[in-house]
Amino acid sequence: MAMDSVKNGAVIEKAEDTVTRRIFLAAAGAAGLCYVGALAYPIYRYLASPEEMAASASAVTEVMLKDAQKLPKESVLMFKFGPSPALLIHHEDGTWVSFSAVCTHLGCTVQFEPEQKRIHCACHGGVYDANTGANVSGPPPKPLKRYKVAVTEAGVQVSRA
Amino acid sequence: MTTKTITSSLYEWVDERLGLTEIAAFARKKRVPVHDQSFWYYWGGISLFLFLVQCFTGVLLLVYYRPGADAFESVRQINFTMHFGWLVRSAHSWSANLFIFAIFVHMFSVFFMKAYRKPREFGWLSGMALLGVATVFGFSGYLLPMDELSYFATKVGLQIPTALPFVGTAIANMLRGGPDVSEFTVQRFFALHVVVLPAIFLPLLGFHLWLVQKHGNAIPESEEDKPVFARKSVPFFPNFLVKDLALWLVSLNILAVLAHVFPWPLGNPADSLKPAPLGIHPEWYFMSPFEMLKLLGNWMPGEFGEIAGILIFTLGLCIWILIPFYDTSRKLGQRARNAHYFGLLAVGLLLVTTVIGYWTIR
Repeated sequence: MAMDSVKNGAVIEKAEDTVTRRIFLAAAGAAGLCYVGALAYPIYRYLASPEEMAASASAVTEVMLKDAQKLPKESVLMFKFGPSPALLIHHEDGTWVSFSAVCTHLGCTVQFEPEQKRIHCACHGGVYDANTGANVSGPPPKPLKRYKVAVTEAGVQVSRA
Repeated sequence: MTTKTITSSLYEWVDERLGLTEIAAFARKKRVPVHDQSFWYYWGGISLFLFLVQCFTGVLLLVYYRPGADAFESVRQINFTMHFGWLVRSAHSWSANLFIFAIFVHMFSVFFMKAYRKPREFGWLSGMALLGVATVFGFSGYLLPMDELSYFATKVGLQIPTALPFVGTAIANMLRGGPDVSEFTVQRFFALHVVVLPAIFLPLLGFHLWLVQKHGNAIPESEEDKPVFARKSVPFFPNFLVKDLALWLVSLNILAVLAHVFPWPLGNPADSLKPAPLGIHPEWYFMSPFEMLKLLGNWMPGEFGEIAGILIFTLGLCIWILIPFYDTSRKLGQRARNAHYFGLLAVGLLLVTTVIGYWTIR
């Protein structure tokens, strides 16, 4: 009996010891992680600042292009819709269209070619239809993003479709 | 395969190629003396740590800083637009000051422990060169935000070399990139601060650390008097290193508190048409030479006073740098005492002129 209790006592003591040690190590580890986090968080936010600014810029839903109604036929106006470039095209038949100028393949900026009546991406030869923005040939997997256009006397209003 | 066998075979693989065991054995063999003055051994390490903080926060500032005409606007953006930009800039400025302070403590402790004596003369010389480069780091970095204070402080600082006969104006114009401090000055100070100075500082630092490694820590005279078996020491790894790292952590915490509680201010943009703001003064580590020149200028008015001031200051600095070649050995007792008094005089002058400097700008 006496032997057992001594044995048990020893076992219990050892277990307590391990638990205290384990708790200590866990607490020290957690404190260390908190410390590293407290250092890393401001650095991450600092470096991510422009990304957040761009995110708030992309929340833009419409852009007013002053005097753009004077744009001659068969010509294009490049402008910024939020953070990214966009095209406003005034066609020969008097219709107006607007697309995002970011190629859906690898993100190059596309250009309007009035002689060939197409939108062309010089990076990998992608071609889009200048009236609908549909991907016609080459690598682009999707059509260009299309915006709504409203022509007024003061200018042209471009908004998300 | 258990984790243990994977780890040990990975260790063996790396060890065979990089010789980790040799490095570990070397680190265990290296010992650091323990005595009443051991505390001063940590200041070189603290300086090194603060330099690393400078490199790190400097790179972070470099992400958004734009030198030249846009300098002030980019610092304004860092301070007020970028998340925690104020903290990064504050940490960089505070740690620059703590860095210079730590180097000063390190230098004076080396001086008074006479750790510059044979065979450590190159350690002293390279250390002085590092301090010199560190102050140029400070001076060039101070202008970069291009606010009113930094503009006028740099204007005054770059006016000092013009007192030198014949070449003075040419030197000043070369440093400024023209007859006045302008965006050209910011641009060249920026190149100096982030390219030229690091390119000089890093090899010098490597040389300095290699010498510390080669000769080990110097011991004070009281320890030298003891027989070798009576001198105490601890292994560098892990005993000394753990304490070293603990002090790095303490330094980081002090820096974090200072940078957070006393954010570094940004003044109005520099304007060459505006008069200098009241209470303009150099950084504290330039206050003493600035005040000495001012006092000598009052005492001996005119150009003569300025030249005399520069000469006296340069002479004092030369003696300070060359002290290991004067105070060479313990046997020449008088020289050792003279060096000690010279050190006390230098500390006294630095403190008194700094206090007078701050007193008069109040």
